Amino acid sequence: MPPLTPPKSGDALFSSVERVNAELFTLTYGAIVRQLLTDLEEVEEVNKQLDQMGYNIGTRLVDEFLAKSNVSRCVDFKETADTIAKLGFKMFLGVTATVTNWDAEGTTCSFVLEDNPLVDFVELPDTCQGLQYCNVLSGVIRGALEMVSMKTEVTWVRDMLRGDDAYEMRVKLTKQVPEEYPYKDDD
Amino acid sequence: MQFFGGSSLTSVAPEASPAPAAPPGTGTGANAQVIYVFNRNGVCLLYREWHRPLRTLARNQDQKLMFGLLFSLRSFTAKIDPTSTEHGNLGAPLLPGQGCSFHSFKTNTYKLNYMESPSGIKLILLTHPRTGDQRDALKQIYSLYVEYVVKNPLYAPGSPIKCDLFNKHLDQYVKTLI
Repeated sequence: MPPLTPPKSGDALFSSVERVNAELFTLTYGAIVRQLLTDLEEVEEVNKQLDQMGYNIGTRLVDEFLAKSNVSRCVDFKETADTIAKLGFKMFLGVTATVTNWDAEGTTCSFVLEDNPLVDFVELPDTCQGLQYCNVLSGVIRGALEMVSMKTEVTWVRDMLRGDDAYEMRVKLTKQVPEEYPYKDDD
Repeated sequence: MQFFGGSSLTSVAPEASPAPAAPPGTGTGANAQVIYVFNRNGVCLLYREWHRPLRTLARNQDQKLMFGLLFSLRSFTAKIDPTSTEHGNLGAPLLPGQGCSFHSFKTNTYKLNYMESPSGIKLILLTHPRTGDQRDALKQIYSLYVEYVVKNPLYAPGSPIKCDLFNKHLDQYVKTLI
């Protein structure tokens, strides 16, 4: 029996969600990064904070994604990666990512973004070379996947702001946590 | 009970015990009687009743029992799936979306409609036994949850829902269910 309503395509999803001006979004994000740099002073701390913010976003965003995309199963990590690349990125950022560089076990892969709306108008100054400007994205992925029981580690391996030819995020599935009965026997 | 894979079965209420009288206001909608929302940790995020004449347990006992029922039933439905190739033990931990789940079960006096999202949110809606398929309705309630709970920055994920706006829209929506 096919699912009640099949998952929407990326384009259908993109056109069904409420959108804001991409420049407004980009500049707002830029302002956040600026503020964090001023507040925390250490680039490493800013990376951490962006990742944490992304994580918090991801844990909420996953429900919106699931409600709007009709995706119902996420057992297989390959399927999950495809869904994120084709539907997730499209729905929230308007771009599609490609999934490549699978390792032999099928637990690590890369998302490659040619086009990244977060970094329009951005140049990294010399003083911030260690900054992972888009760290919020990796946090979002980590948070969202954790909500569907997949513990992951996400790292950036290529970054156009540092002169690479694309954005590449490496996602490693460390653990799939099955649902467990949460109560003790006699409480 | 209906299953994801394979044919759908509908339990038939015994003829001898007739369906109960329609709850008040059934003709005008108001068919939903009770709703529970749980998260994956078994926390009851929401309990709301519109029509529930009989209460026998303390509220938190009642909710825990409901969660346990769903958990076992879900594990059971996955294990008796004839198309499944996995041979774990009954009660073996399941990943979200793994194995088939159930959509509803029916007794002669009520119907329990169930939906689980891959993120572990579980929605349970009790209705009159003669109500049809409520999967779309549950999906709609899930969308309301996203819109008015998840997107509310004042709501701390994993805590019971105390959003008036959500309750208002939920009440409004369940009134339209037939």
